[in-house]
Amino acid sequence: MNLTLKIWRQKNKNAEGKFETYPVKDVSPDMSFLEMFDYLNEELINKGEEPIAFDSDCREGICGSCSMWINGRAHGPVPGVTTCQLHMRSFKDGETITVEPWRAKAFPVIKDLVVDRSSFDKVIAAGGFVSINTGGAQDGNTILISKDDASEAFSASMCIGCGACVAACKNSSAMLFVSSKIFHFASLPQGKVEAKTRVQNMVAKMDEEGFGDCSNTYACEAQCPKEISVEKIAKMNREYLTAKLT
Amino acid sequence: MSDIDSKIPEGPLATKWTKYRSTVPLVNPSNKRNIEIIVIGSGLAGSSAAASLAEQGYRVKVFCFQDSPRRAHSIAAQGGINAAKNYQNDGDSVYRLFYDTIKGGDYRSREGNVYRLAEVSGNIIDQCVAQGVPFAREYGGLLSNRSFGGTQVQRTFYVAGQTGQQLLLGAYNALERQVGIGSVTMYSRHEMLDIVKIDGKARGIIARDLVTGKLERHFGHAVLLCSGGYGNAFYLSTNAMGSNVTAAWKAHKAGAYFANPCYTQIHPTCIPVSSGHQSKLTLMSESLRNDGRIWVSKKKDDTRKANDIPEDERDYYLERRYPAFGNLVPRDVASRAAKERCDAGHGVGASKMAVYLDFASSMKRYGTIEANKRNIHNPSAEEIDRLGKEVLKEKYGNLFDMYKQITNEDPYEVPMRIYPAVHYTMGGLWVDYNLMTNVPGLYALGEANFSDHGANRLGASALMQGLADGYFVIPYTIGVYLSNEIRTKAISTDEPAFVEAEKKVQDNIDKLMSIKGTKSVDHFHKTLGLILWNKCGMSRNETGLKEAIEEIKALREKFWSDVRIPGDANELNTELEKAGRVADFLELGELMCIDALHRNESCGGHFREEYQTEEGEAKRDDENFAYTAAWENKGNNAWDLHKENLEFKEIHISKRSYK
Repeated sequence: MNLTLKIWRQKNKNAEGKFETYPVKDVSPDMSFLEMFDYLNEELINKGEEPIAFDSDCREGICGSCSMWINGRAHGPVPGVTTCQLHMRSFKDGETITVEPWRAKAFPVIKDLVVDRSSFDKVIAAGGFVSINTGGAQDGNTILISKDDASEAFSASMCIGCGACVAACKNSSAMLFVSSKIFHFASLPQGKVEAKTRVQNMVAKMDEEGFGDCSNTYACEAQCPKEISVEKIAKMNREYLTAKLT
Repeated sequence: MSDIDSKIPEGPLATKWTKYRSTVPLVNPSNKRNIEIIVIGSGLAGSSAAASLAEQGYRVKVFCFQDSPRRAHSIAAQGGINAAKNYQNDGDSVYRLFYDTIKGGDYRSREGNVYRLAEVSGNIIDQCVAQGVPFAREYGGLLSNRSFGGTQVQRTFYVAGQTGQQLLLGAYNALERQVGIGSVTMYSRHEMLDIVKIDGKARGIIARDLVTGKLERHFGHAVLLCSGGYGNAFYLSTNAMGSNVTAAWKAHKAGAYFANPCYTQIHPTCIPVSSGHQSKLTLMSESLRNDGRIWVSKKKDDTRKANDIPEDERDYYLERRYPAFGNLVPRDVASRAAKERCDAGHGVGASKMAVYLDFASSMKRYGTIEANKRNIHNPSAEEIDRLGKEVLKEKYGNLFDMYKQITNEDPYEVPMRIYPAVHYTMGGLWVDYNLMTNVPGLYALGEANFSDHGANRLGASALMQGLADGYFVIPYTIGVYLSNEIRTKAISTDEPAFVEAEKKVQDNIDKLMSIKGTKSVDHFHKTLGLILWNKCGMSRNETGLKEAIEEIKALREKFWSDVRIPGDANELNTELEKAGRVADFLELGELMCIDALHRNESCGGHFREEYQTEEGEAKRDDENFAYTAAWENKGNNAWDLHKENLEFKEIHISKRSYK
């Protein structure tokens, strides 16, 4: 396959960025999107140019590092996959592909396609945990949890923290990310004790970090690589209201 | 005689740890507040250690090269975590887990360490449940288990095919809680580039801020390396792109012994290499071998499609060769058997370097059970398949999806094609019973150390070991050292040792940047990977290893004269990061081969072709090689060998058979 790539290049967070166009020849349809980038970068290095900076680590869709805005969608055109699991067979020969970093106030660009997502860690640090120290936990089987509750909790805790939901939202809202953690703990008895403080602290931190309000467009669900449902947001809103009212 | 002291406590095996941890010196809470601990790496071992030590009151600094501690590669572990809970009433016990692990490691690990690991395994599950890890449950609400290779009991706890993710997020949440409180300072996008030693003790590190390129000096009363394994030396592996040996290697060059570097785990069930552009290999969890049957055609060079090969023309070679364990033999055994079939001309797929992993019979079995459960009488074959598919989906859905995404084939319809790939490294920094290296104050936890898995690790034991080290071992054993450090005030990073170490790191970076050669870092990495895979991979021999050593030396020279790193050092520069890591792999690679060459026996993941039984099984030499090889770096790529003899007092060391 032969492709034309329009890629956002930005030297550092203070520099002006702009699109650069790169023709890429002889791409194999079996390459992953990031392997296509490796291939292009190898070419750039051989020409003495600077390779395109992008985040990537596990390359199996679970670490949440990769974060590319491809043709107007987080992680590209295929639903339910991260950029690293997207393959070139999902594109047409001769296609022009536009690649940008996540765009959000809370995710400043560091370089090219690399953004700073440390605000997510700060939201977790504000309350995304059960406050127990190591040691002294009771036998695991003394807490009975129904199969359904365990699956419900997992349907939210599978969030990989990539930030696609924020990038997809026109308000750059982090509601899907934050509600996934709230929902995870709200589904389990272990999370009940601190439910009220957790939701209030995490929501306050989310606002403080500069994430916007929910746009109600469900773009986050549509572009989440783990297909996490917006019902998590509804649950978080209920938890928040309950915490505020009682 | 061993010339190094493992500090295993005296006394009967079953009470060693309980007695020891009740008698180790303690640091009182007010002194803990003045003690600083540096943790390198934020995977299961690093996060759990950092959180637990901070909870106790120590001041902790954590460094990771990723943008968030949650991204460490423990996140990708799929199948599960072992624990001797005996919830299934199938005869499990601490002793049995201990025994399975020693035997699985082909009698090349320490009894004392492994027993402790088995002993604390149950606490890990309790701890993780309390944190809210959503483990799989039975209908009655109890925890669910499955089987893994090398065992005949069900002791593996799991969360779908994403156990590592859920356990890591549990530890990450605990870590972030401490960050929020202010007990842990987190340094993301930072890479440790050297250890600082003062008067022989580890006293800090030099780290590079990967965004600004600035070098930083950090003091610590102790330094914990939780930086994972070195499988990426092979270039293609199931490790993450950034996984590297640099922290451990710098420690090694600062005096810490590197143990058993030749013990690499080649995992039997990975998606096969498809072409030269591939950047990494993807694992298909060992848990799949609970329900998948491995086979190839009995006919050589068979070009028929899998579903066209009749049942009686299929060779379920693991079931044939190892009837007692069947498809659940340990990883080293399963990998070699796959290689043997492919080398003999029975490989499948376009490359012929693959075997089938087939779920058809499980689909039928589960479908029938489901039909019975749901009171469906005389279900049609389609109905059984549909119901069976639902069960498989619940158990392994994400793995099947991932397989389909990568290969464009649907494993519910056709068998998976799999082949072994580099996955884990049993070797690592030598540590004593306290998890301390031979450099005082310098520790290694998790995959970064060598301690518990001998020559082969059993499935679902890496998560167990990482969390055991972090949650339940280091919080006790670090007191042995730190109780003598309470009078040590924080050392200024203006001390000459820090200044010199920083200069050394800066000089190395300047040297790399000044080469301005013609070949990319990846070029050298790929070349090294091929040398290691072909000559120090699933099987090795004397001639090949000797060649590999020469080839690696030559490649290293070429690297230092011809590597090209674009950009500047004072900015985010991923090529420079990679170059530093590959430079270390180029030294480690040689040591891996030296170790493999010196070990004139076959054991676990180390299979020397000269040492095998008539049936092609690994042939150990307990008389001459029942020791841990701990290599001391003498500088200029020269090493001295130290031996720690392995004594088996509890277990009768015997031939390892799964037949």
